[in-house]
Amino acid sequence: MAASDSKKTRREFIADGIRTGGLIIASGAIGALAASSHAEDTVWQIDPYKCTNCGLCATSCVLDQSAVKCMHAFAMCGYCNLCSGMLRPERVGNTIEAENVQCPTFAIQRSYVENPYFQYVIDENLCIGCAKCSKGCDAFGNGSLFMQIRHDRCLNCNQCSIAEVCPAQAIVRVPASKPYLLKSKIKQDG
Amino acid sequence: MFQKLTFPFFLLQITTPPQKNPPPDFTTGYQYPVTINPPARAELFTRIDMVMLAILMLMTAYFILYRRSRREVRLISLFSLLYFGFYRHGCVCSVGSLQNVAMAIFHNGYALPLSVGVFFILPLLFALFFGRVFCAAVCPLGAAQDLILQKARRVPAWLDETLSVIPYVYLGLGTLFAATGTVFIICEYDPFVAFFRLNGGAMMITFGIIILFLSTFIGRPYCRYLCPYGVLLRWAAAWSKWKVHVAPEKCIQCHLCAESCPFNAMRMPVPEEVRPSRKSTRAVLARVLWLIPLLAILGGITGRLASPLLSHADITVQTADRVWKERHGLVQGETLESQAHRANQIPDDVLYAKAVKIRRTYALYATLFGIWLGLVFGLKLFFITTRRRWDDYDADPAACVACGRCFGYCPSEANGEFAGQGVYIQGNLNKRGQMRN
Repeated sequence: MAASDSKKTRREFIADGIRTGGLIIASGAIGALAASSHAEDTVWQIDPYKCTNCGLCATSCVLDQSAVKCMHAFAMCGYCNLCSGMLRPERVGNTIEAENVQCPTFAIQRSYVENPYFQYVIDENLCIGCAKCSKGCDAFGNGSLFMQIRHDRCLNCNQCSIAEVCPAQAIVRVPASKPYLLKSKIKQDG
Repeated sequence: MFQKLTFPFFLLQITTPPQKNPPPDFTTGYQYPVTINPPARAELFTRIDMVMLAILMLMTAYFILYRRSRREVRLISLFSLLYFGFYRHGCVCSVGSLQNVAMAIFHNGYALPLSVGVFFILPLLFALFFGRVFCAAVCPLGAAQDLILQKARRVPAWLDETLSVIPYVYLGLGTLFAATGTVFIICEYDPFVAFFRLNGGAMMITFGIIILFLSTFIGRPYCRYLCPYGVLLRWAAAWSKWKVHVAPEKCIQCHLCAESCPFNAMRMPVPEEVRPSRKSTRAVLARVLWLIPLLAILGGITGRLASPLLSHADITVQTADRVWKERHGLVQGETLESQAHRANQIPDDVLYAKAVKIRRTYALYATLFGIWLGLVFGLKLFFITTRRRWDDYDADPAACVACGRCFGYCPSEANGEFAGQGVYIQGNLNKRGQMRN
């Protein structure tokens, strides 16, 4: 900086120094972030192994219909005839009448595969993310139904309003390139 | 078909937990249905956002500082409100990004994404050179308030000075909770985001309506009396190279520019006879100066004492407290948190150890927060008592949000001889705000 410039006051000289310093720090910081492999955008996701299926996802999301939906790990499912994710424990008989099923919107569709196995598919348009089915599946089944944030719906709020209230602190930031935490293997005990 | 259940799977599951219903070996060549997982939209959009941010700020700087025109800036405001606000739902914004930065610096295990870093740094960098052009038109929160402002009422000086301390407190608190990884309160209590998403809790919508209602007759109440990022922008803009100036060499002291500024950002000349003498200023200063370290120490002690209370904002601390009370029979029943803790089969001691660690972090950061508060109050007193007195009307670069309203009010400028000339952008004004040749 031209300190010899007689027109320059001390205040202007300091200001020039601050601006130059700011420019160097800012470009250094942005450059370091751009070069860093960790500085990837993050999105929110539910860690299915921490999730306790409390049901707050359905009502805590900023969206009218939560971005959280139930997903099904087909490779893990037992294809039970008597699915505890679909049917309530306190049911009367084993029919899929409204009083017997877990899902309040009937988003689980059941179809016959082969004796004695049945396939269960979640209709995402109907699912409201209440976690009743995944809770049932966790309790008596093997947990192949689990909750995930669907990224075609999620607004990716800087502070996820479900994460704020999640009692199990199961909602975590994950890299945007790997936005799902899927259950592929059967949960290890302990 | 459902009545013909042949095998009690139900009982089998309860008796042999580790081998719960393994996937069957199908004999009919059954294929698993394919699940489509939509990718996160973040990557592409955040890149567009960063470019938008830079372009809009450059445009605002050009129209305000070079063309000295407000009309285009209003259009940019509208665009920012629609794009960053309603289309991108207000996330991520520079105001909230300061929490991400605090968390990346102080909290382990969080890497700052590039886009968030750019949203934090770029407006500050622009403020260092062009003043608060980000506030002028690019910030959707500022744009929302600015566009609905009808007739600004002047906030009394005592109230204005008092309320202007809140952003510093909010900045400290937001940083404290972000640095400890607890919660992003600045995002949680953003009054506009409910409107951007056309959705939100009753409390936040009420808060938003109140702020928007106030914005119609008080200039930018959120920016002036709440915005924590505005504090950082003030610091940067105070040193800005090119800033908004009212025509100084032809100032006829008509007071119109000060009337036109809805944000109380115009410095007004103080007549020689009412200025305090150097001696009396020095006496007041001597009284105030020793208060600053005293307030800082007091604040630090208070922060330390309040740290257990503050740490209760953290859900791990809450859970540990609850579980401990339940274990010792001090409370009845379970909360969702203590249920979740048991369901995940984490030993209580592990939870307690985690909570103790968080409390220790809080003890440190709450102390720093207290010191910060003490310094803020002390320095506020200092600046009130030692205010510099100005000879001419001109915009205070720290408070000016570069909206450009004053340009049209200046009679010296009204004939248009300055517009488009760029006379004020060359940094060729001396410290009294007069033109150098």
